[in-house]
Amino acid sequence: MSAVAVEGIWKFYGDYPALRDVRLTAEGGACLALIGRNGAGKTTLLRIVAGFSRAQRGAVKIFGTEPRETETRRRVGFIGHGISVYDELSALENLILFGKLYGLANPRKSALEWLERTGLERVRNGLVREFSRGMRQRLAVARAFLHEPSVLLLDEPFTALDDRAIAVLQTLLRAALADGKTIVMSTHQLREALELASHVALLVRGQVAFHGPCTAEMVADPGLVYARYGEG
Amino acid sequence: MTNKILYVLGIAALAILVWNIYTIARLPEETRQGEVFKIIFFHVPMAITAMIAAAVALIASVGFLLTKNFKFDALAVAVTEVGLAFLAGNLVTGSIWGREIWGIWWAWDARLTSALVCWLLYAGYLMLRRAIEEPTQRATFAAVFSIFAFIDVPIVIFSIKWWRTQHPQPVFWAGGSFPPDWTKHFLWNMLAMALLGAVMIAVRLRQEESQRELDSLRRMAHAL
Amino acid sequence: MQFFRQVFVVAAKDLRAEFRTKEAINASFAFALVILLMFSFAFDIPVETARDISGGLLWIVFAFAGTLVLNRSFARELPNDCLDALIAAPVSGAALYLGKALANYVLVLAVELVSLPVFSIFNNLSVTGQFWELLLVLALGTWGLTVIGTIFSALTVNIRLREVMLPMLTYPILVPALMGAMQLTSALVAGKPIGADNEAWLKMLIGFDVVYTAVSLVLVETVLVG
Repeated sequence: MSAVAVEGIWKFYGDYPALRDVRLTAEGGACLALIGRNGAGKTTLLRIVAGFSRAQRGAVKIFGTEPRETETRRRVGFIGHGISVYDELSALENLILFGKLYGLANPRKSALEWLERTGLERVRNGLVREFSRGMRQRLAVARAFLHEPSVLLLDEPFTALDDRAIAVLQTLLRAALADGKTIVMSTHQLREALELASHVALLVRGQVAFHGPCTAEMVADPGLVYARYGEG
Repeated sequence: MTNKILYVLGIAALAILVWNIYTIARLPEETRQGEVFKIIFFHVPMAITAMIAAAVALIASVGFLLTKNFKFDALAVAVTEVGLAFLAGNLVTGSIWGREIWGIWWAWDARLTSALVCWLLYAGYLMLRRAIEEPTQRATFAAVFSIFAFIDVPIVIFSIKWWRTQHPQPVFWAGGSFPPDWTKHFLWNMLAMALLGAVMIAVRLRQEESQRELDSLRRMAHAL
Repeated sequence: MQFFRQVFVVAAKDLRAEFRTKEAINASFAFALVILLMFSFAFDIPVETARDISGGLLWIVFAFAGTLVLNRSFARELPNDCLDALIAAPVSGAALYLGKALANYVLVLAVELVSLPVFSIFNNLSVTGQFWELLLVLALGTWGLTVIGTIFSALTVNIRLREVMLPMLTYPILVPALMGAMQLTSALVAGKPIGADNEAWLKMLIGFDVVYTAVSLVLVETVLVG
């Protein structure tokens, strides 16, 4: 069974199809990089896989179950454009909150552990409002990894991250992949993404123009996929 | 093809309406209220049409949420708009009648007030639609709102009834003074109003469909 | 059990965030105070009149001030895209909604309970004659306000003119509930017991609360994810 299977989904905005018969799969331990121009449908696709909105046709299966099922959501971690933590709460409070929502056995222990792994244990009682941008981003990463998801969905994860946060994230993602976890990420930063990616999918106007393994060629010349399969 | 049917129906509705106005005007004056009583030929059918419209809007809204088919959404907005127009007609004719019989344009009596609250309720539906850009979200939120509004209608009507009642009892059922041979005219006018409403809804429906097509073409053009 | 624990976690989160900044509750209470003051300026009311119109006056204040709290409810989730994280968590839309409604309920009720003595002092009017009955009406009316306000807060959070849209959409729907609460409050302040002639209002209020709580719980998932 594939970790993530997108089975012919269509998403319409009114009559306009933003996604057209998209079919993609990612096996356990794979890292799928979704590339494509702005407006190609990367974010729309990821949000449907994450269960934030529904496709009109087709289905998404994560280990064989629908994204909105409670069990599925326990297994999925998501990092979007925003950091998705509360400014008015402290770093620790934020992580304990999400730990409780995910039904972790010991939310406080997991929270402290992830604060340490992201280098935030020193400021754990500081309000997020007072954090620097890099600290906020590392906290966002901790929030997404807190419940040890087996599927990670990342929407433009490297955009707007500082170098330390990128390093933290890349280390964590590598460890996750080595652990057999699955990553689907949309990205503009081809170089960072392709280093991690085992597979690449190119979206052009809501359709999959290319879907295959990531080759050494592609890593050497990130523009290659666009040049070969895109619209030039 | 459908265009022709629409024209024919529209003309038929107008013809019946004109004929009705002509015959109603020639009916004798009602014994107690005089000429203004005849406003009932318009006042009541408008209210009934508006109520049917609200019910259809509910069905269309539930239909959209279940199927995500935009035909239901277009129907819901068309029916709500036309229903609001008829309810406005109902309010205005009621107010004119009130001026003649009660001597005041507006009384906070149960039915006038209920009608006004319902009008505001469904006006909110249109405002909500106008504020949302993305068609799928607009249709979903509007459908949810329509369900909330429809559930409120009976609660509003009953609670305002408890609040106060000065409105004349229904003239058909409560032994009012409606001459029996006028029923025929009433039913004809009911038909004319319903037909007129249906044609307006059909026109609005097609407008909505083209609007959606236009919107998708614009998105397509932006995506190029 | 799991469900109620999640409801509680969401409610506690909202309340904690609110008490840190006190944005909504301060604004709401200040607004209530200003309206009460304006009413006193606008109408130089003798005590008997104040008693008769107390229900109307109070609930207009509560509805206006409550809207400020309710507007913040989902708007609070906008910065940093926090709503995404809540929707992604294995929490049902119903639990999320109920948790937020509960937090709003506590906040609106708090504003009301502080406004009540202010109203009493401004108008030289005792409201404690039938305090527990009044509290019951307050509890029921406020739950109606909160249930509708919270679901519409979710509905309007991403749209243009959010602050204006919320009251425009909620007040017409709230007409029956507010009317019932006003009638009952006036009667109670005037010293009349809840009896044969106004029991119907109490039942209507309960019915309103139950029906709309149920409908909101059913539809909230649709509002949140489509």
